[in-house]
Amino acid sequence: MAYSEKVIDHYNEPRNVGSFEKNDEGVGTGLVGAPECGDVMKLQIKVEKDQIVDAKFKTFGCGSAIASSSLATEWVKGKSIDEAMSIQNTEIVEELSLPPVKIHCSVLAEDAIKAAISDYKNRKNSETSEG
Amino acid sequence: MKLPIYLDYNATTPTDPRVLESMLPFFTEIYGNAASRNHSFGWSAEEGVSQARNIIGEAIGATGKDIVFTSGATESDNMAVLGMAEFYREKGKHIISSPIEHKAVVDPCQALEQKGYEITFLDVDEHGRIDLKQLESTIREDTILVSLMAGNNEIGTLNPLGEIGQITRDRGVLFHCDATQGVGKIPIDVERMNIDLLSMSAHKIYGPKGIGALYVRRKKPRVRISPIMFGGGHERGFRSGTLNVPGIVGFGKAIELAMEEMSSEAERQIGMRQHLYKRMTDELDYVFLNGHPTERLPNNLNLSFGYVEGESLMMGISEIAVSSGSACTSSSLEPSYVLRSMGVSDELAHSSVRFGFGRYTTMEEVNYAADKIIDAVKRLREMSPLYEMVQEGVDLSKVSWTSH
Repeated sequence: MAYSEKVIDHYNEPRNVGSFEKNDEGVGTGLVGAPECGDVMKLQIKVEKDQIVDAKFKTFGCGSAIASSSLATEWVKGKSIDEAMSIQNTEIVEELSLPPVKIHCSVLAEDAIKAAISDYKNRKNSETSEG
Repeated sequence: MKLPIYLDYNATTPTDPRVLESMLPFFTEIYGNAASRNHSFGWSAEEGVSQARNIIGEAIGATGKDIVFTSGATESDNMAVLGMAEFYREKGKHIISSPIEHKAVVDPCQALEQKGYEITFLDVDEHGRIDLKQLESTIREDTILVSLMAGNNEIGTLNPLGEIGQITRDRGVLFHCDATQGVGKIPIDVERMNIDLLSMSAHKIYGPKGIGALYVRRKKPRVRISPIMFGGGHERGFRSGTLNVPGIVGFGKAIELAMEEMSSEAERQIGMRQHLYKRMTDELDYVFLNGHPTERLPNNLNLSFGYVEGESLMMGISEIAVSSGSACTSSSLEPSYVLRSMGVSDELAHSSVRFGFGRYTTMEEVNYAADKIIDAVKRLREMSPLYEMVQEGVDLSKVSWTSH
């Protein structure tokens, strides 16, 4: 399968690879996908005053999955939580010129963003209720 | 050393220049139709065909008279399975095969199932080997055919053809062997192994694409199959159609060379295979061998690199041509049915890579490929959440994943 230039670029030089300590204050972690399906994405955000100040990812999956999650970390950085929640998989498809057979990679990246935000909110709420 | 490096010899092979040279006169000078019986153009073409036919027959312990030319192994497999099922339908409708046969056998078997035949796919163990006792107990009064391959195209595992042939002969059942990956690489003798039908292809052994053959036993017992192609009664009526004379001549030359070089090439390729395997397992962790450790095609190595997805690995070694059992490399998004049938987890099937060595592969190329693969696997594991979790001591089987 031929990849678009943008997918190749993200694969060769993935942005924001790495991990945050998931228990640190302001960190939200999203882990989506399954090994038996061939894709697992871990996307993490670091939030300060409802703004996403940093993001990291690790992905097990094909080149398009790596590129989708790499792009997702780029896009969420600097956005408010509400803005990040509104990122659609179709925007990722368009940006990376993903073929139909790879659309599920973009869906997974959108799910990863939402899962990270939801984790951040849950942790924040439990801290508030405990505190 | 030239890039890219071809390590996909189980998919196809380049045509050997000696083969091409043997074919060329049959395009422009000796262009007659081998079926033209009344002029010298036809006779010369027929002579080329006849020589090739004899070489091919003898290479598998038969004679030229037993050889039926086809367009390739897919046609040969279809002809064997469908043609014999049709001819022997009064005798019975039960066929035995295995789940890791090539699709050219599995799909015709499934098509027959729709027409009221009963197919038993034997179990295979974790190495892709069938159980001979199960084969024996599965044969029934109405069993008409056992179809089992010589060597598996994905994982390289060899079947014990001699033992299978002994069982089928004792029980009076015909034995078809898809030997596409075996002919010219491992010794095959249809007499010693009691094989009744055998499929082969030229392009896997440095011959041209588009030409193959089916061996159809003529005596002890005489095997009959109904044709699936009609129109002229060529090839003893089994397969109508004007013969592909240059292809046949090239096939003959290819098999002649493969037989001459078989033992030295097998030794050389096993050496490269073992060297690559050793480097992978010495320099990387979580590397798993797919297929049998020793009973395998000399030129095939199939490995799963844990926590690295196969397609992304292939993307990272773009100068090296290999193939993967990952779903992402197929249009169906299903991982390899061969690995699945052997009980390999879907996760490891997604991480599998097939290496195929050949006549033109050098140790220098193997080492270059090894360096590149090791680098790519390490880089991808740096960004693999699964590898990170395993390093942290997480049991991946206990994680509740969100399947999609």
